[in-house]
Amino acid sequence: MTVADETTPEASDEAREETHESAPEPELLHDCPVAWSHGQKVLHVPAGAYLKVLASLHTEGFLTCIDLCAVDYLTYELPRELPDGIEPQRFEVVVSLLAHQGARRLRVRVQVDATAPNLPTLFSMYPGTEAMEREAFDMFGIVFDGHPDPNRILLPEDWVGHPLRKDYNSGRIPVQFKATTDAR
Amino acid sequence: MTAVPAPLVDAAESPDAPDEGRTSEGGQEMTSAQVLGAAERLRELGAVLRMSEAEAEGAAPEPPEGEVLADDQTMIINMGPQHPSTHGVLRLMLELNGETVLRTKPVIGYLHTGMEWTGEELTYMQGCTNVTRMDYAAPLFTELAFSLTVEKLLGIEAPERAVWIRMLMTELNRMSSHLLFLASNGMDLGAVSMMIYGWREREEVLRFFEKVTGLRMNHNYIRVGGVAADLPDGWRDDVLRLLDLIPPRLDEYDVLMTGQPIWRDRLQGVGMITADECLALGVTGPILRSTGYAWDLRRNDPYLAYDQIDFDIVVGSYGDCFDRYAIRLNEIRESMRIVRQCLDQMPKGDYRIQDKKVTPPPRARIDESMEALIHHFKIFTEGFKVPEGEAYVSVESPRGELGCYIVSDGTSHPYRMHVRAPSFVNLQSLPHMMHGGFIADAVAVISSVDPIMGEVDR
Repeated sequence: MTVADETTPEASDEAREETHESAPEPELLHDCPVAWSHGQKVLHVPAGAYLKVLASLHTEGFLTCIDLCAVDYLTYELPRELPDGIEPQRFEVVVSLLAHQGARRLRVRVQVDATAPNLPTLFSMYPGTEAMEREAFDMFGIVFDGHPDPNRILLPEDWVGHPLRKDYNSGRIPVQFKATTDAR
Repeated sequence: MTAVPAPLVDAAESPDAPDEGRTSEGGQEMTSAQVLGAAERLRELGAVLRMSEAEAEGAAPEPPEGEVLADDQTMIINMGPQHPSTHGVLRLMLELNGETVLRTKPVIGYLHTGMEWTGEELTYMQGCTNVTRMDYAAPLFTELAFSLTVEKLLGIEAPERAVWIRMLMTELNRMSSHLLFLASNGMDLGAVSMMIYGWREREEVLRFFEKVTGLRMNHNYIRVGGVAADLPDGWRDDVLRLLDLIPPRLDEYDVLMTGQPIWRDRLQGVGMITADECLALGVTGPILRSTGYAWDLRRNDPYLAYDQIDFDIVVGSYGDCFDRYAIRLNEIRESMRIVRQCLDQMPKGDYRIQDKKVTPPPRARIDESMEALIHHFKIFTEGFKVPEGEAYVSVESPRGELGCYIVSDGTSHPYRMHVRAPSFVNLQSLPHMMHGGFIADAVAVISSVDPIMGEVDR
């Protein structure tokens, strides 16, 4: 019952989407493949098109970025289920968008290369991502280009490493404390 | 586990970099007004929709010659993290011109304990114990968001009675959380007797929680597949007693605060925010509703059985501190309406799903069956496996949209667990609400955001 209730708005959303696009074709939105995860709509966006697609979604009524977080898939052992054309990368940034009109939700997943973990910031469209992007940088080391305040947010400024990365030696190193260099 | 990777930090962030105009604590702190760019100046003027530095140069009014405030005219002061009205360990850096707040920067992280990482180490069975400690004023909501997400991944549904128990308990929790807000809001603004009254009524609710869950806070009561235990004997009388007790007390609050001129003068028109700003900043909950925007997930994206319940969304009109106070006060009344309907419609049946995969066998079975003992042992030591996938489920907590995003790799631990904490996002509205106000009003604004630092820092 709980789950049925929850999927109701999403299920109607799904039905609406499928009337627009023929079912057998892979569903596309802004030329990006759409996947469905437990009745939730997920859009897989290539990193290059990230800003452009988000800008289009913003004009379509997704006015609020509800959440932005990152995932490190380094030790994920199963094959990743990604649509054709999306190359799995170590990092993934997950953006949850909300359109209050019609209570539509959309999750955008972006693969981020481990060698250069950079993404453009969403700050100019969604100023509310400021803290979330700082958290993703703090925990995963993903750099958001153009962010107005690219600093750590939860950990101390001089912390070394990004603790939610799967290759971070969590629990094996002593807690770092800041050196008090000057008497204040 | 390999060695610590080379930290990917840019030069300005690395500790060896020359600290240009920075304090010993580095860039988390507020920069001096002398080195401000145009974008920062716009922010000082309260603009939410930010732009690039070049665009801002065009848009921001150049401060007239002679009116550029020199460093000795403005003052950057530090408020918190040990300030009594910062609700825990919130630290604010405020730039003041006399008594007027120009810029504000929340500095957080003092309560960071790595709970998202801990969530990856614990099994789904243990997960609720961890997440319940995030928002310690409304612990049942985080448990609910976590449980609903795991249930979505598992493809199971809690039985009907569990759904209604969850609704009953979370609405009571919303009442206790808002009562705590009323208490601390009163205390912050000098109505110290309100603090005692708010805590007194909250205590009554917590007493009921203790009877049901065994604990006053951090209940670990809502679990994957249902709730931990059925409601105890006599629960209905206890709830009815609460419902009789609290409305006259709320009327007393109206006398003490709502209609009182000092209270109104102190809150009305203070810390204004618009609906557009709220949407852009991702602000949810009472702050968004105070702008007149009727958005409540219980109504707009119903979970549990809220579509079978009759209640109103309380909205304000001005988006000021008074509206946020009045919304929370009246949401207690709405919650009581919902609780009453839960009492009337509480179905009979199981309080947790009869799915042997996620539910341990009852205690009595362990005494008579070896298999049940093994099963019980396995489910508590190894946990249950959750099929691979990812899901995000959100609920309306007293502070706004509380969501949980879980990536499962098919084992009994979440591969990644992220909690979208409403307080964390709502804090970003502080600079906009405080700009141009008095430093004395800063306390009123912080209080009206009602941040819970355990949830902000996680």
